[in-house]
Amino acid sequence: MTTSTAVPPAPPAPPTTPTETSRRPRPESHARGALTMGYVAKLLLVALVDALGVYGIFAGSAHESWGIVGFLAFALLLVNLVYFVPSRRLIPAKYLVPGLLFLLVYQVFVVMYTGYTAFTNWGDGHNSTQSDAVTAILSQNERRVDGSPSYGLSVVEKGTTLGFAVVAPGKTPQVGTAASPLTDVPGATVANGVVTALPGYSVLDFSSIVQRQQEITNLRVPVSANPNDGSIRTTDGSVGYLYRSTYSYDAATGILTGPEGTYRADEKVGNFVDAKGQKIEPGWKVAVGFKNFTDVLTDSSLRGPFVSVLIWTFAFAILSVLLSFGLGLFLAITLNHPRVRGQRLYRSLLILPYAMPAFLSAVVWAGMFNQTFGFINTVLLRGASVPWLNDPWLAKGAVLLVNLWLGFPYMFLVCTGALQSIPADAIEAAKIDGASGPRIFRSITLPLLLVSTAPLLISSFAFNFNNFNIIYLLTQGGPRDLTAGVNVGSTDILISFVYKLAFQGVNRQYGLACAISILIFLIVASISAATFRRTRALEELN
Amino acid sequence: MATSSVPAVRTSRARWWREVGWRHVVGAAALLFALFPIVYVLSASVSVRGTLSAANSLFGTFTLDQYVSLLHDPLHPYVDWFVNTVVIASVTAVGTVLLGAAAAYAFSRFRFRGRRGGLLSLLLIQMFPQLLAYVAIFLLLIALENVFPILGRDSQVGLIMVYLGGALGVNTYLMYGFFNTIPRELDEAAMIDGASHAQIFFGMILRLTAPILAVVGLLSFIASFNDYVLASVLLNSPSKQTLAVGLYAFVSRQFAQNWGVFAAGAVLAAIPIVLLFQFLQRYIVSGLTAGSVKG
Repeated sequence: MTTSTAVPPAPPAPPTTPTETSRRPRPESHARGALTMGYVAKLLLVALVDALGVYGIFAGSAHESWGIVGFLAFALLLVNLVYFVPSRRLIPAKYLVPGLLFLLVYQVFVVMYTGYTAFTNWGDGHNSTQSDAVTAILSQNERRVDGSPSYGLSVVEKGTTLGFAVVAPGKTPQVGTAASPLTDVPGATVANGVVTALPGYSVLDFSSIVQRQQEITNLRVPVSANPNDGSIRTTDGSVGYLYRSTYSYDAATGILTGPEGTYRADEKVGNFVDAKGQKIEPGWKVAVGFKNFTDVLTDSSLRGPFVSVLIWTFAFAILSVLLSFGLGLFLAITLNHPRVRGQRLYRSLLILPYAMPAFLSAVVWAGMFNQTFGFINTVLLRGASVPWLNDPWLAKGAVLLVNLWLGFPYMFLVCTGALQSIPADAIEAAKIDGASGPRIFRSITLPLLLVSTAPLLISSFAFNFNNFNIIYLLTQGGPRDLTAGVNVGSTDILISFVYKLAFQGVNRQYGLACAISILIFLIVASISAATFRRTRALEELN
Repeated sequence: MATSSVPAVRTSRARWWREVGWRHVVGAAALLFALFPIVYVLSASVSVRGTLSAANSLFGTFTLDQYVSLLHDPLHPYVDWFVNTVVIASVTAVGTVLLGAAAAYAFSRFRFRGRRGGLLSLLLIQMFPQLLAYVAIFLLLIALENVFPILGRDSQVGLIMVYLGGALGVNTYLMYGFFNTIPRELDEAAMIDGASHAQIFFGMILRLTAPILAVVGLLSFIASFNDYVLASVLLNSPSKQTLAVGLYAFVSRQFAQNWGVFAAGAVLAAIPIVLLFQFLQRYIVSGLTAGSVKG
């Protein structure tokens, strides 16, 4: 920063802004000086941030979310340091910190978390920790214990959570919910062997029990924190029975014993596995190294779809850019002629497809392409039944056509602007030298045009490479390839493929989806980096 | 033998066709291609039966019933969606402009350690689109929910925060290029007059760079207006959803049957964006090309 050393023309009151303070020997001048509007605004904003941060630290500690607490403490320190320590070196930070904090939480952290997940087997069947998996296996295989005593049971409610209050013969009444095991409650009123009133809970009457029957018969209240002890369940809301699992787990040896054998925890795959290699579901989340990355290329059910999706993604992105650039350039050259009238009208009308929200356009086109009722088949083709979106190749063509429609106005605008900035004397000189029209275009107009539009073409490529909306809202990636082992269609590009892997279907695979996301990132980043070097965009950094 | 004037007229008309006329033919064809789907959706929104097949008789019938049922069905709270979308997109746009402009100001006007590295890493991290990270974003919001419920799932504030995470990046870069074109001497003159860096930024730079701020704001507005993935993953209750999520869910439930009502919704949703575009057209063209040339 270039600062003048000239002293401001002696204002009587000391300046109160941070820059000025920093030059003064006594930095506490805010206290003496007149409070400016800007300073008050800053004070209020930082106070608000501090209040939220301190609240968050307390709330986070209560929930034991130590990551959040740590980050908040760091952010609070940073904010107060940057905005209140008078140092010239901190001035740029005042402008960077707000954006950086958002970037850190919602971009950097998220990218790193994606990177971490890519190296795990996280997904359906591998959602949580080993002890959660044990609890799930034990509770899924619970049976009523033959000859076990029955408990007097009443259904209670705290807030919106249902629980059971049970009375075993000759014991203290106990209460528990699905999440918290049974504990003794001394203050309960017991009549006829069941709890009739309980401080802090409301006891459900018969009609409420009938109404919420489904919920009640599905409820299981663990007897203790040890899942081997089983749980209390009821079928009628008045008598409870002890259920125990047919499996049992020995925490000391880590061995799970079931009716058909014993199973050992295998930390490589994140499952309990018996001697023959038979797995029990669910498993738990473990690190699997580069497995997700190598699976993409070696797993036979995945390799085929991945390669064809990858090829189509490139074809789609490149063709979309070339087609829309070609049409946009052609229109720009055609209409950018001094004797063509109404150029502004053309421009404001041709901009409309670009201005229409793209998610709406995609759905509108999907309607027009509809095989039985769509406008294209019924009106333009007079009742033909062309399967525009249901044939693998026609669907690819339709997607490209729609993307051309969405993209050419932008290219038209950009090319018109670039054409108008090409110096007229260069073209004049070529004409005098006897160059023909096509020759001028090839040797002068096009090269000059490409210099200014190349970065836009690159970013357009990167955008289309991940153009989820158009694919998903037009065809949902379909028509689906039924021969493939995974949910994939012939217009799926990588990003819609990832979306389906992670969020749709019965077997969601977050780990694999994150691994492919990383691959997409690497592809786009390296292509952009290579071309940025060529377009010299980075040279202007200094 | 023809008189001499006839060939002359013929040649001049032929010349006009060769030089100018065909251009209008091309232009008309382009207009037909560009406007046809828009005309189609307009006509679908006023068709009486409101089905996909009824939409094919362009403007064969006229009624506003589709608009009435669009605005009065409690099952698809269109007005809520519209308000949500506009509020979310506007707040995101303003936030993006402020955060991005502040960062661009720091990069353009100050020299500090890590400046070049910072610019490069912004460029790099932006290559990882948030879209790819929705799994991680989803989990982050579950974790945040415990501490700040308002930043969790099914909250518009939470969604805005996620969008603002992408505020630095390409936008900063676009603005950085533009800020560099404002002569540094202006800052120095203001400083000699006793202005602080904050006064220079808010009072001078932001005014001089209004065109690029408008472009960045518009691009950000459109990006969040159009976003489907994050909004659909994060917003669940119908009254909190955005147009992209709500309208798409509505039309895909019964594609052919709901067509007319969807078309009405599409027309109303497109109006603000189209108006913004026409209004800011001049800035968009110059902003896009200026940003690209300057890097």
